[in-house]
Amino acid sequence: MSENKVEVRNLTKKFGDLLVLNNASFSIKNGEFVCLVGPTGCGKTTFLNLLVKLLEPTSGEILIDGEPADPKKHNISFVFQEPSAFPWLTVEENIRSGLELKHMSAGVIKERTEEILNMLGLEKVRKSYPHELSASTEQRIVIGRSFALHPDLLLMDEPYAAMDIKVRYFLEDEVIRLWKATGSTVIFITHNIEEAVYLAERCLVMSPKPTTIKSEISIDLPRPRDISSPEFIRLREEITDMIKWW
Amino acid sequence: MISKKEKRIRLLLSIAGLVIFFGVWEMAVQMGFISSRILSPPSKVVSAFIQKLTDTKPEGATLITHFLMSFKLALSAFLAAVIIGVPLGLFMGQYKAFDRFLTPIFEIIRPIPPIAWIPIVILVAGIGMSGKVFIIFVAAFVPCVINSYLGIKLTSPVLVNVARTFGASDWQIFTKVCIPSSLNMVFTGVRNALGASWSTLVAAEMLASTGGLGYMIQMGRQLIRPDIILVGMLTIGCTGALLSWLLGLLEKKVAPWRYR
Ligand SMILES: Nc1ncnc2c1ncn2[C@@H]1O[C@H](COP(=O)(O)OP(=O)(O)O)[C@@H](O)[C@H]1O
Ligand SMILES: [Mg+2]
Repeated sequence: MSENKVEVRNLTKKFGDLLVLNNASFSIKNGEFVCLVGPTGCGKTTFLNLLVKLLEPTSGEILIDGEPADPKKHNISFVFQEPSAFPWLTVEENIRSGLELKHMSAGVIKERTEEILNMLGLEKVRKSYPHELSASTEQRIVIGRSFALHPDLLLMDEPYAAMDIKVRYFLEDEVIRLWKATGSTVIFITHNIEEAVYLAERCLVMSPKPTTIKSEISIDLPRPRDISSPEFIRLREEITDMIKWW
Repeated sequence: MISKKEKRIRLLLSIAGLVIFFGVWEMAVQMGFISSRILSPPSKVVSAFIQKLTDTKPEGATLITHFLMSFKLALSAFLAAVIIGVPLGLFMGQYKAFDRFLTPIFEIIRPIPPIAWIPIVILVAGIGMSGKVFIIFVAAFVPCVINSYLGIKLTSPVLVNVARTFGASDWQIFTKVCIPSSLNMVFTGVRNALGASWSTLVAAEMLASTGGLGYMIQMGRQLIRPDIILVGMLTIGCTGALLSWLLGLLEKKVAPWRYR
């Protein structure tokens, strides 16, 4: 296995005349937790869509494990920005759905589903349908469905944006725990800088359109991180200033 | 959740609606606002209904015979339309080749009202069973295809993308995402198809037939027997309502998520 999980080379994406990603190059190491921050509309979602081949780049390439992404081969899990629980499945069935699509064995499906229901506190509502639950619970279902796959590459597009602060803190710790337990590579998009500094080993800061990687900041604070420590606040302000600058 | 009290009020309202409707009708005829030669009162219709259950007079068959004839006809045509129309619509929605190949023909057939088929069908197939089955089939087929097609087309792209990034095959996306997501639309289509087949049945039978509810209604007109006409109409109405209710039960079984 190559050292880099994701390799982005001279990536350019246009929608018609609109130049969104402009010749961006960077790489993400195996097992790394990377946060992508940048202003709304700079192309963060577009980048993830290119990465999983939902879109084709205008030029340049993105490689996963040294080859073009293939969801059938790579164990990828994508938490979309929009609500995406399957409305016709119960909570439990939603969590199982990814594992079933991948034809996992019945034993694994059962074990992982119970583990996730338990971890995210969804046991009580396992037989409910998503529309019977709150928006933040629906998002928890979606996150559980992704975690259940124990993905090699976990992509999360502003997953906690709509959540209240308590649930968000809890889920931030859970994504760290999952990442530690499974050794997966995580690309986490957020516009919440505190969240980025809390989670990331490395933070990629994107410029407004036409977008390139403006800067990258390594964060090697010990975990669990203390959001009120001077070092944490310094990093948070450093990134905030970078974004304010434009 | 609605409370017990709320439920009772709703039920009372429904019953009140029926009672007032039939009450006003009965009074209008009894008090002579409308001549009973033109419109029979509900009481007369009920007694005619009970009598027609066993009596073959005046037009030659009992209500049950007429009903079964119509029911078999409509149901077989309706089922054929569902069995062919729904999968066809689903495939047209999902697969571009199906869409391109079939949509132009379908768009031409779609605006032709089912009764406009009657003359050509009588010429080709006569007034027997097969001709009428075909007309009702056309009537039911169109809503089945349209709604199934739209159901697939309206599937949320995000949900498709979720499945795709999980590595789902095209077939899995079709069967595990697009079809479940379109089920409610499909059921609406099937419900419309049921209504269409029932109403077209009467049109087909009134034009050319030797039996059935439509035939009975037509004979009632010729013999100036409004009670028989109304027995036929109400039988059609009640059966339609009953079938629609049964279909609703089936939908709650097959697609329960919308009903919680
Ligand atoms: N399919 C598309 N067609 C045209 N323009 C698009 C499309 N998708 C995104 N865009 C445009 O590309 C830009 C980046 O969008 P997006 O990647 O969603 O931004 P972000 O996720 O960073 O907020 C926006 O200006 C958006 O309007
Ligand atoms: Mg976005």
